[in-house]
Amino acid sequence: MSRPRVPPAAPEGPSGVDGDRRGGNGLASQVGEAGQSSPTTPPEAEGAFEIVAREDFSDTTYLLEVRHARLAQAARPGQFVIVMTHAEGERVPLTIADYDRERGTITMVVQAVGKTTREMQRRCRVGARLFSLVGPMGQPTHLGTARKVACVGGGLGVAPVFPQVRAHKERGAYVIGIIGFRSRSLAFWEEKFRAHCDELILCTDDGSAGLKGLVTDGLQQALAAHPDLGEVIAIGPPVMMRACAGVTRARKVKTTVSLNPIMVDGTGMCGGCRVSVGGQMKFACVDGPDFDGHAVDFDELMRRQRRFAEDEQLATARWLEACRLAQAPEAARPAEGLAGAVGGSTAAGRGPGTA
Amino acid sequence: MTPKTIRTIPQERTPMPEQAPVERVRNFSEVALGYALGDARRESERCLMCNDPKCIAGCPVAVDIPGFIRKICAGDLRGAYDVLTGENLLPAVCGRVCPQEEQCEQVCTVGDSLAPVAVGRLERWLGDLAIEQGWANVPYREPNGYRAGIVGSGPAGIACAADLAKAGCEVIVYEAFQAPGGVLRYGIPEFRLPNSVIDAEINNLLKLGVKIECNTLVGRLFTIEQMLNELGFHAVFIGTGAGYPKFMGIPGESLNGVLSANELLTRCNLMQAGKFPQFDTPLHLGRRVAVIGAGNTAMDAMRVSLRLGAEKVYCVYRRSRAECPARAEELLHAEEEGVEFHWLTAPVEVLDDGRGNVRGLRNLRMELGEPDDSGRRRPVPVAGSEYEFAADMVVYAIGTNANPIIGQTSKLRLNKWGYIATDENLATSLAGVYAGGDIVTGAATVIQAMGAGRRAARSIKAYLGLVETDVVYRATPEMAERSFGVEPWAKNFARIRLAA
Repeated sequence: MSRPRVPPAAPEGPSGVDGDRRGGNGLASQVGEAGQSSPTTPPEAEGAFEIVAREDFSDTTYLLEVRHARLAQAARPGQFVIVMTHAEGERVPLTIADYDRERGTITMVVQAVGKTTREMQRRCRVGARLFSLVGPMGQPTHLGTARKVACVGGGLGVAPVFPQVRAHKERGAYVIGIIGFRSRSLAFWEEKFRAHCDELILCTDDGSAGLKGLVTDGLQQALAAHPDLGEVIAIGPPVMMRACAGVTRARKVKTTVSLNPIMVDGTGMCGGCRVSVGGQMKFACVDGPDFDGHAVDFDELMRRQRRFAEDEQLATARWLEACRLAQAPEAARPAEGLAGAVGGSTAAGRGPGTA
Repeated sequence: MTPKTIRTIPQERTPMPEQAPVERVRNFSEVALGYALGDARRESERCLMCNDPKCIAGCPVAVDIPGFIRKICAGDLRGAYDVLTGENLLPAVCGRVCPQEEQCEQVCTVGDSLAPVAVGRLERWLGDLAIEQGWANVPYREPNGYRAGIVGSGPAGIACAADLAKAGCEVIVYEAFQAPGGVLRYGIPEFRLPNSVIDAEINNLLKLGVKIECNTLVGRLFTIEQMLNELGFHAVFIGTGAGYPKFMGIPGESLNGVLSANELLTRCNLMQAGKFPQFDTPLHLGRRVAVIGAGNTAMDAMRVSLRLGAEKVYCVYRRSRAECPARAEELLHAEEEGVEFHWLTAPVEVLDDGRGNVRGLRNLRMELGEPDDSGRRRPVPVAGSEYEFAADMVVYAIGTNANPIIGQTSKLRLNKWGYIATDENLATSLAGVYAGGDIVTGAATVIQAMGAGRRAARSIKAYLGLVETDVVYRATPEMAERSFGVEPWAKNFARIRLAA
């Protein structure tokens, strides 16, 4: 048996890394700090994960940048985190939309659809803290060697496809970005994509900006212009990922999709996130979240996303009523009818599931 | 004092006061209410104080059982607690969840002719008394400069952390969930193990100087290799558990309403789904719940479902009651509470209501054939015996596979089932990295995991060149006296702070 290294001379001996961790990037969540929340507890009092920036893209879509240096170091394209707003909250999986290793932050883009994501929209101001933030979860995207790739993002899926765009660009691939929104007013990150893509096709359902049509139309256009397209990465609502896989299936272009099933722990423990891929059961949290889009059973995925639809409606209605009683006009706005607002509450926030 | 004999001790085992089944099935309070002082004194008198006590060897962590019972008999309750916690940091937890009937109580000498001494009940009573009185044994610790990282705050990790902290190591425990305790927290329901008991016993760990960092997914946030090379840990213990639920591969498993017992229990225990919508995590419990499997996890899932208001709860198990792997007490409680048992029944299909939800379960009746490898009689299907019953929720409690995250993210050698491969000292293929509990053995019990954690701690101390400190911690006066005279070169020892 080999001997370990000589112990440090000073008993406390924390390495620089440890010092950094204590310096408040939020890793150290000591047991005692995890107090029970009550409606009166300000969010600042909870958790150690500070929100350092926020940007509202529309009435329902918002960006949160959270300080967590180690997570920013560890994050890779394709991975996700699980967030709890407060101690009584649920664990919401959110795809990492960006990470900045120098600033020591990660970015998530969230759409307010259910109770939890609406409550996050209200509470998560700059300076507030998340009760829990854990990750990165899931296997990082296998970037492959395709010389030409198309990265397709639909709606909120535009955010999580960005790290893929950047990673493919960094490894020297020719990157075609295809991003789609319902209308110009909901669009975000167009310039950010333009700066990293060799080509960008912006699509809007109503034609208010770019190509009038769905991302699949943009994808058809890209496939026509680039017969040598080696891989397509599609992230968005299941119905959009299924459509993209449908477009590429006949041409046999490798298509990777990022799945967003309902989950609790995100570590393989609950099995709630099981999906059928090529007839085999997989756990999206540890076997994925990236899978071969041509092999995924999207119908099953969409059905499983509705597991908690009734509970979610109940929670949202109850919360909106509570907000109305508390005379909070900004939250009492009627729920915007979201086409295909899928997702049980647990999945409600994660980008690809909710556009 | 005349020595006690089997004739002179109280003949009857002191019964455990319990909530009545009709009462308890509507609440999450503890089923077993615990001994009162008189009960404990009376039951302690039943111990014969054998010269050659078999119970100690029957305990995975070798608690000095006659030692602490002798102190109870003598009225020295604090002393009894000191003896008990010399070996077991979590008496209130273990007194509740250990299968004593297969361990200490199985080999108890009294048990040869009468019901064995209720060691578990005494342990629990003492643990609860300590929580109530605020007792904690905090040994004097001489920091030795070594840092140990523990992956997972379940029973294996907690036990390992405690022993390494007592030896003077700086110990950090990493937990992926937002709260520590592992399976104690997410798996075992409140009515068997209240969260307040877990909090109290984990608090004792913090008093030893152990730090617990929640929200930290080791393997993904940093790897085992990084812990050694970048985070400055001299040794690492992996106790991540086996959690990766098994399904059967029968048709209909993807239907809405089919879930693992792990998911059901985590939603209820950790996330408090029973209090939805005050708490945000939903469960969407069925009216008729069928649980597949008959182990302790299955019993927990069934009894949680009843308490949350399920009208009917069925247990489907392919062997007979005699082969049921759950503790006898858990099975009895489930029966009393009204679970309907379908023994010798194997599900063959989960039925679809046409809208993607569960409508029922189709089963095949079984009969017992020849014994299989495990020595139990193998269930054989009875031809033409298919039948269905209605259910709108199906819960799988048929065991777990190895969790793949550590395997995916490190170079540690795994066995053919994906569990971490270790030698007899629980050393993995990576120097300085040890593993124990379910991630090595596959699903087992809380106390077995704790035993593994303690064994790994001994190996780690040997690896780091530390003096064995387990013995010193035991709080008998003779022992304490001897340990204060320890040689000056033995820098890394823990002494008992006598003035507490």
